[in-house]
Amino acid sequence: MGKRIGMEVGIAAAEAVALCNIDVAAVYPITPQSHIAEHMADIIHDGRIDAEFITVESEHSSISACAGASATGARVYTATSSQGLMLMHEILPIVSAMRLPVVMGNANRAVSGPLNIWNDHGDIMPQRDSGWICLFTENGQEVIDLSIMAFKIAEDPEVMLPTVVNIDGFQLTHMIEPLEFPTQAQVNKFLPDRKPYATLHPDNPMTMGCFNMPDIFTETMKAKDTALWNSKKTIVKVFNEWGRQFGRKYNVVETYKAKDAETLILTMGSMGETASIAVDEMRKAGRKVGLVKLRLWRPFPVEELRAAIKGCKTLIVMDRAISFGGAGGPVATEIKSFLFHDKGRPRIVDFLMGLGGRDVTVGDFIAMVERAKNKKDETYEYYGVRE
Amino acid sequence: MAKKKTEQKKWPEKWHEVTPGCMVFEPGNAANYKTGSWKAQRPILDTKKCIKCGICYIFCPEACIQEDTEGFFQADLGYCKGCGICAHECWPGAISMVEEEE
Repeated sequence: MGKRIGMEVGIAAAEAVALCNIDVAAVYPITPQSHIAEHMADIIHDGRIDAEFITVESEHSSISACAGASATGARVYTATSSQGLMLMHEILPIVSAMRLPVVMGNANRAVSGPLNIWNDHGDIMPQRDSGWICLFTENGQEVIDLSIMAFKIAEDPEVMLPTVVNIDGFQLTHMIEPLEFPTQAQVNKFLPDRKPYATLHPDNPMTMGCFNMPDIFTETMKAKDTALWNSKKTIVKVFNEWGRQFGRKYNVVETYKAKDAETLILTMGSMGETASIAVDEMRKAGRKVGLVKLRLWRPFPVEELRAAIKGCKTLIVMDRAISFGGAGGPVATEIKSFLFHDKGRPRIVDFLMGLGGRDVTVGDFIAMVERAKNKKDETYEYYGVRE
Repeated sequence: MAKKKTEQKKWPEKWHEVTPGCMVFEPGNAANYKTGSWKAQRPILDTKKCIKCGICYIFCPEACIQEDTEGFFQADLGYCKGCGICAHECWPGAISMVEEEE
């Protein structure tokens, strides 16, 4: 066990990336990601690591600079949040289509309007079809661990896909937590130099980001989709390798007291910690309640989810984002689709909650479990909305 | 390096033949990629009216018009998009646009 130190999680994210021997960081500051951007710039300009910090004029430019740098074979990092991620939206599918292993930290924040700088998942959900590997973190230690693992996953020759590590804004980015850092030697052992599949270099002319006519575009899309689905194998492999080297085991779907549970709460991100306390309290009261946490959102871990919820009667999905005029929150909608044909699937209750930074307390989780008991249909509901 | 097949395909036919990221490793092979299939009209040159001035060659935005051995300027229909600029610019009226179906 290494030494645990107290550090703000945003700062820790930058420190973790600094251990990864990156070549380029192009980061545009935005609340609540700013401390990652500022600290990354400090680390590089203080000469602590041999890397280039590109000061860009927008997030559109930061992700574009990252794509270009990655195409030359560099190891590249960026970070953003909310409106910044929305501005990157145009470039995100290009980075994945070009199979560039850019790693991004996203400090999850509500999307305007109205302007709101606090936490929900409204920024990442519109990016879900971009072809990026999408991971969620629950606490500061996971931010460190997954930020390092993200490079190994993204750069694996079987994967070659950009990866975004979601870090709940404020709830995580601005928390000071006791954290354990691996040493530089340990990270070097875990994460060898990037061996790019191809690089842009004048000596070896080649094309990345080519043109596709209707007669090949469908084939290219299926190839990309298949690559993303196949990446789960490597994600699991890297999680296991991390577990062996550092003793902290990660799963694509995490469970807590889920085995015999009749009612399961499903969360993504930082609210999982609060939900686990609520589960403890309900268990104390003799209720068969458990918790399922999606660590991996893309590619969707459908087999692992099926195994985790097997036998439960009610699945309560906590959606921290809205699909206006749609079938419900993005997470519940997705799960309903996957389980549509499953015989004996649980009743799926969808709560939209924790929006724009509204606190979700232990009491709220208990109240939602109570509310789910009496809810007859499977339509979505705004939990705690004033009526 | 991958083994050279006796007959090289112009581009991948099946989805699993697409290179990662659809990367292209053969410099200049864009010339093999015929992009003229979407045109609705094609230019027809009347060599009796053509004075070989080459104005069509200068104006062609696709740069698909080239001088042949007899000095006439002919559009390569493998790349021509049928925009009709050559016909519009041809002041002797030697180029006419005809529907692709004809």
